[in-house]
Amino acid sequence: MHLTLHVWRQAGPDAEGRFVRYETDDASPDMSVLELLDLLNERLIALKEEPIAFDHDCREGICGSCGVVINGRPHGPQRATTACQLHLRHFRDGDALWIEPWRARAFPMVKDLVVDRSAFDRIVQAGGFVTARTGSAPEANATPVPKRDADRAMDAAACIGCGACVAACPNASATLFVAAKVSHLGALPQGQPERYERVVKMVEAMDAAGFGACTNHGECMAACPKEISVDFIAQLNRDVLKATLFPPRAGRAWSGAA
Amino acid sequence: MARVTALTHFLIGKKVVMAVSGVVLLGFVIGHMVGNLKVFQGPEHFNAYAEGLRTVGAPFFGRGQLLWIVRLALIAAVGLHIGAAWMVTRASWAARPTDYRTLRLIETTYAARTMRWGGVIILLFVIFHLLDLTFGPANPSFVRGDPYHNVLATFGRVPVALGYIVAMGALCLHVYHGIVSGCQTLGLNHPRYNAWRRRIALAFSVVVAGGFVAVPIAVLTGVLR
Amino acid sequence: MIGELRARVPEGPIQDKWERHRFEMKLVNPANKRRFEVIVVGSGLAGASAAASLAELGYHVSCFCFQDSPRRAHSIAAQGGINAAKNYQNDGDSVWRLFYDTVKGGDFRAREANVYRLAEISVHIIDQCVAQGVPFAREYGGLLANRSFGGAQVSRTFYARGQTGQQLLLGAYQALARQIGLGQVKMYPRTEMLDLVVIDGRARGIVVRDLVTGAIRSHAAHAVVLATGGYSNVYFLSTNAKGCNVTATWRAAKRGALFANPCFTQIHPTCIPAHGAHQSKLTLMSESLRNDGRIWVPKKKGDTRRPGDIPAGERDYYLERLYPSFGNLVPRDVASRRAKEMCDAGFSVVPGGHGVYLDFTDAIARLGKAGVAERYGNLFEMYERITGENPYDVPMRIYPAPHYTMGGLWVDYNLMSNLPGLHVIGEANFSDHGANRLGASALMQGLADGYFILPYTIGDYLAQARLDPVDTAHAAFRRVEADVRDRTARLLGVNGTKSVDTFHRELGTLMWNQCGMSRTRAALEDGLAKVRILRDRFWKDVFVGGKGEDLNQSLERAGRVADFMEFAELMCLDALGRTESCGAHFREEYQTPDGEAKRDDANFSYVAAWEWTGTETAPVVHHEPLAFEYVHLAQRSYK
Ligand SMILES: Cc1cc2nc3c(=O)[nH]c(=O)nc-3n(C[C@H](O)[C@H](O)[C@H](O)COP(=O)(O)OP(=O)(O)OC[C@H]3O[C@@H](n4cnc5c(N)ncnc54)[C@H](O)[C@@H]3O)c2cc1C
Ligand code: HEM
Ligand code: HEM
Ligand code: SF4
Ligand code: F3S
Ligand code: FES
Repeated sequence: MHLTLHVWRQAGPDAEGRFVRYETDDASPDMSVLELLDLLNERLIALKEEPIAFDHDCREGICGSCGVVINGRPHGPQRATTACQLHLRHFRDGDALWIEPWRARAFPMVKDLVVDRSAFDRIVQAGGFVTARTGSAPEANATPVPKRDADRAMDAAACIGCGACVAACPNASATLFVAAKVSHLGALPQGQPERYERVVKMVEAMDAAGFGACTNHGECMAACPKEISVDFIAQLNRDVLKATLFPPRAGRAWSGAA
Repeated sequence: MARVTALTHFLIGKKVVMAVSGVVLLGFVIGHMVGNLKVFQGPEHFNAYAEGLRTVGAPFFGRGQLLWIVRLALIAAVGLHIGAAWMVTRASWAARPTDYRTLRLIETTYAARTMRWGGVIILLFVIFHLLDLTFGPANPSFVRGDPYHNVLATFGRVPVALGYIVAMGALCLHVYHGIVSGCQTLGLNHPRYNAWRRRIALAFSVVVAGGFVAVPIAVLTGVLR
Repeated sequence: MIGELRARVPEGPIQDKWERHRFEMKLVNPANKRRFEVIVVGSGLAGASAAASLAELGYHVSCFCFQDSPRRAHSIAAQGGINAAKNYQNDGDSVWRLFYDTVKGGDFRAREANVYRLAEISVHIIDQCVAQGVPFAREYGGLLANRSFGGAQVSRTFYARGQTGQQLLLGAYQALARQIGLGQVKMYPRTEMLDLVVIDGRARGIVVRDLVTGAIRSHAAHAVVLATGGYSNVYFLSTNAKGCNVTATWRAAKRGALFANPCFTQIHPTCIPAHGAHQSKLTLMSESLRNDGRIWVPKKKGDTRRPGDIPAGERDYYLERLYPSFGNLVPRDVASRRAKEMCDAGFSVVPGGHGVYLDFTDAIARLGKAGVAERYGNLFEMYERITGENPYDVPMRIYPAPHYTMGGLWVDYNLMSNLPGLHVIGEANFSDHGANRLGASALMQGLADGYFILPYTIGDYLAQARLDPVDTAHAAFRRVEADVRDRTARLLGVNGTKSVDTFHRELGTLMWNQCGMSRTRAALEDGLAKVRILRDRFWKDVFVGGKGEDLNQSLERAGRVADFMEFAELMCLDALGRTESCGAHFREEYQTPDGEAKRDDANFSYVAAWEWTGTETAPVVHHEPLAFEYVHLAQRSYK
């Protein structure tokens, strides 16, 4: 296949960035987009030029490392597919591919296609967990979890933390990511005791990181490789409302995973 | 109150403010639209209705008092709505300092993408509209106390009538996404009813805008004279 | 020289050992815990669970990973599930049975006491994970669901859709995140450990490279924990993530830690065959597919008909033929080796010679398309995404791929290596799987080590060791830093003509051919010679490019490949020395008449632990004898 690549090259956070054009004739339809970048890098190395930096690890669509915007679509045009799993058979001979990094203030540029997504880690550190010290757990089957709730938790927990939702959102909002985490833990009985504290802390950290506000475009869901639903955003909003306007008070138990 | 402040501290909270104030504005717009349709019942009815607005609540309230209370609520809603919109918009603009070469949007709607500028159009429209039909300077033949005459006079000017119609288009879009988005912001979401959310939003926005444009169109086409 | 290897297995009946040992171990006074610094390298299941648990106990922890976030460690890719002897299905499982299955599955090359402890702890792991909010699959009644996995006769595997590894890791990552938030753990992502610092015979710190700025830095501590995963990437093409490496463990080995059983590598039978020269890694399809899929090749060599056109009579369902009772569910090593044999004999169904069919036609007839979709839908989707073929219509094509490494740094019962203060957990150690790992047991081991073993045993070490205060100003750190800088400079300085990946691919092919799924003396000797030549060429002709003081992925890889080049030699040596077949280590010279691995218990019932003695000198092997008191030595049979 002949493909023309325009790849964003930027030597560092403060350097000037620009698209650089590369032609390839030896791309094969069975290759993934990342393998195409590998191939290109091999060529650059042969020319003693600096290869293109890009994040990747598992190449199976699960670690969430990879992520580039291809022709205006985060992770490329194929639905529910990460860049590492996107194969060139979805492109036509002669196509041009414009490849650029995630762009968001909260994801500062590192180099070329690599950005710093540690803002996501900070959001989780703020409260995205269940406090359950090692050793303190009760017998696993002591608390039955309705299958419906377990499935819902799993739907939300499928998020791989790739950041495509932020990349796709016209507001560079991380709401879908946060909603997924909040809904995952909030759907389970184990997540109830800290449910409302958790949501407040995570939303605080999200705002502090400099993400934009959600105005319900739904682009995040369309770009999400795990197809996390925007329904979870409504869940997040419900939890924020409850947490701030009707916070649990001493002596009043909060229950239910509604 | 402290809790509301805590809420509005978050971007999500600011969106809640917008949604709630939006609902208030939506209530006004619907009432105003229905009231406007009385223009088709003729000048007496319409002017009596306008007068009625000022005397409603009597004898408990003095003339225009209740109206002012409502106006203040409206002004507050507008202020909060625009203020929150401004902050939310600024946060979002700041969130992406470097733009993409292209970001292809495939899921969003035209309505969603035009909320901000649509809002500005509505704001400019309302300012003009107040100068036109409430205070008069934008309306050469303004007669205080005779709104029927004023409405017909203003829409007698074709560009103004067309301007109103365009503004109502913007309103239609804004209300459409506003309802869908507001539901989401307030957490009104259920997989089974989400399709209905869109249908209801569509019905509302079309009815509201349709009710409003009926008046200028009626004047333009000579139905109202 | 290293003295006798002391596994320090406690006395007493096997079922009491751990309980008694926990009582006998010394405790660190709670007020003193915060005076201890512990380094944890790795944030996979083993590393994250250990770092979080240690921090909960009050230790000061520094945790390192090379990915941009601890949540992305390779553990995230595990699909199938995690074993635990809960016996929720009432099908006769027990701690003893899991213990027995693991020892037998490992072909009697694991330490009994460790395996028993693993089985014992397995039940607590599930409790812990559920409490953290891991969304395991559940029955309609709300209780946990199980499936049978990897040919086990009981259903003891817990799972979360096809993402068990991710969900378990998120649980551990979240516990870790909590401690980071509390300031109890300092996390260093995008930081690679490049060397170990040993002072007075004890592990006291590490030297790392900041992968963004390229800065070389030292970290000192009272104890070092390596949880750096496996080394399957020595084969270049494997199911492991691209970054998986042997660097951390190999560097430790070069500082005196023993490397045990390096030749025990597992080849997973159900992977998607390679598609061409640019393939960068192989993708695993969950083993659960073998529950309903049937494996076959055409009876006629080079049959080019479409699979659907080949009548049943002309298909060879070779696993069902050879193993009537286990059929398609034979252990991994057997399934893999048989596939290779069929392909080597010319029956491959992939042009180029590497693939067999995994056919769901019968399953679809039996369960309906929807039934199959319910069980395997996401796997079928994944297969189609990668190959462009729809497995509902045409049989999948699969081929074995390197997947897991049972070998690793030698550790005693306390998971401490022969170097005091250096603990090794998870896939990075050699401990529990012997010569072959059973499906769904690696996640179990990683979490057992991290949550429930290391937090106790490290305390025993810290409470007793009299450790002088050491900081990074110590001369030993300066020396090691200088070594690391020097090495980096050398890699950059070669300035040859070939890329790092070119060498890595070459090494991978070489190791696959000479020290892969089945091994012979001749091939191994040949391999040894070739690895040395390749290594020389690497150091003369590699081109790395870029700078050391920058994000330089080529440099990162170069360091890892250089280590693989040295390590590969040890693998060949170990495979050469073990003149028996056991588990995944199959020496063609040692097989039963019907082609099964033939163990030599009289001579090889030991762990081979290798001591590095220098570049110019041969490594020295030490033996830890293995005794089987509870599981009686028997030939594995899956007939
Ligand atoms: C595709 C696939 C599917 C699998 N499925 C299953 C399954 O279903 N059930 C099962 O039980 N097992 C399964 N396994 C095996 C299992 O996933 C692994 O053995 C296990 O997760 C290893 O965990 P770990 O914590 O030891 O190491 P890893 O998860 O590999 O973590 C290694 C950590 O070390 C860090 N690291 C490595 N080197 C360095 C260095 N030099 N400097 C700094 N940091 C470093 C990495 O950043 C990472 O954080 C599967 C494996 C694969 C490949
Ligand atoms: C009659 C007038 C108006 C009505 C009925 C109205 C109604 C609404 C509603 C219901 C929302 C949804 C809130 C949410 O998403 O939670 C909204 C959003 C918004 N409004 Fe208005 N609004 C009006 C006027 C304005 C004006 C004058 C402006 C600006 C100058 C404006 C700007 C916005 C913006 C920026 C949003 C957010 C966009 C989004 O959510 O996608 N609106 N409005
Ligand atoms: C074509 C459509 C419209 C017509 C014919 C119309 C007509 C009028 C008239 C006659 C008045 C003066 C009433 C009086 O002083 O008694 C008025 C006031 C007003 N209109 Fe409209 N209007 C229209 C659309 C709108 C829209 C879309 C909005 C808002 C988004 C709006 C907002 C207002 C406001 C805020 C006032 C002032 C109310 C007050 O006095 O408190 N109008 N309108
Ligand atoms: S919600 Fe989807 S797009 Fe966003 S980080 Fe998670 S997986 Fe990626
Ligand atoms: S695209 Fe952005 S606006 Fe909201 S619905 Fe998704 S976060
Ligand atoms: S490389 Fe792991 S998701 Fe793409």
